[in-house]
Amino acid sequence: MKQHRKNRIYVILFVGISILISIFLVFSALQENINLFYSPTDLKNNPPMSDRSIRAGGLVKENSLKRDKDSLKIKFEITDLKNTISVSYEGLLPDLFKENKGVVATGYFYSTSNEFIAYEILAKHDENYVPKEVKKALE
Amino acid sequence: MNKILGAITLFYHKLGSYPWFYSISSKLLPISTILAFMIFLLGIVWGIFYSPSDVTQGEIYRIIYMHVPAASVAQSIYFSLAIAGFVYLVWKMKMAGLFIKAMAPIGASFTILALISGAIWGQPTWGTWWVWDARLTSTLVLLLFYLAIIGLYSSFDNKKSADQAVSILAMVGAVNLPIIKKSVDWWNTLHQPSSIRIFEESTISSEMLYPLLICILSFYLMVFVFGLMAMRTEIAKREMTKDWFKKMVEKND
Repeated sequence: MKQHRKNRIYVILFVGISILISIFLVFSALQENINLFYSPTDLKNNPPMSDRSIRAGGLVKENSLKRDKDSLKIKFEITDLKNTISVSYEGLLPDLFKENKGVVATGYFYSTSNEFIAYEILAKHDENYVPKEVKKALE
Repeated sequence: MNKILGAITLFYHKLGSYPWFYSISSKLLPISTILAFMIFLLGIVWGIFYSPSDVTQGEIYRIIYMHVPAASVAQSIYFSLAIAGFVYLVWKMKMAGLFIKAMAPIGASFTILALISGAIWGQPTWGTWWVWDARLTSTLVLLLFYLAIIGLYSSFDNKKSADQAVSILAMVGAVNLPIIKKSVDWWNTLHQPSSIRIFEESTISSEMLYPLLICILSFYLMVFVFGLMAMRTEIAKREMTKDWFKKMVEKND
């Protein structure tokens, strides 16, 4: 290979590696902010201010879902299998909202009472795709 | 060993020649168009009518047969742009600059398709069209890189400086690719991790996986077809006044 081409490759490598390092530094500084939601353990360890809207996420705990009989109010618990917070919400729920499934709630967290008042509920779905017939056959 | 190397070098030099590319692509184009169309039809019909419905998502999951192939080619096209950028910067191969110019709008289109199909999928399942999580945001950044390449190219009068500039931009944007790919593993996101695994068992059942793989293959073939067409157009634009091009047009008339 000719010398001037080699030199160009060295310049590209040098610039490329510097860009990679700077991107890496930016992202490690922003780590916290890139996460879409806090887990119940995060909320327990570093309780946020209750006047700031945040997102909390995890699994909807089994048998924790309570629906109000004559309104759209619901209560349930979000767990990351280590810690749990209780959530209350009033409104429509996405189709995939279910016990034992992932959920991301937006709202305000009151650390003293471990309560989360949500104004938006999003359902997370996992990476598993299973045909209906297979599921039936397994049960 | 030297023979193989020689063959590769010869192919590389041929690849850089506009007349050679123009004639070989006119032979490849009809076959690959038919192939792409048939495989696309097979994958989509299989996916939409003959694959089972999902236990949690029901029928809505079928948008996967558009969403995943679109997202996959959107990232792969960008990767190829970055390689072309490298080739252009080191060897000054004109064809590499032309490749970036021709492919950027195609990549942008598939990125838009991935974002829109994702939004349509997200609304009924997650409960929102859009959320600023790492996967969605980094894919939007991918679209912005494509648009920046298109815009930057058109802001130059001189083709050489345009090729030079977009080559650099294409390479810089490549750092975004591993971020898109790993975003769902590195951070908490609303988007789920990938279902198709290469080194372990995929988490999507094989009855759904096969049509999906066929759809992905057909999207790559489609990109090949669109790419050939766009590059031929670009060659025609650049070489319109050249002798070989005039002769070829006269011969075909």
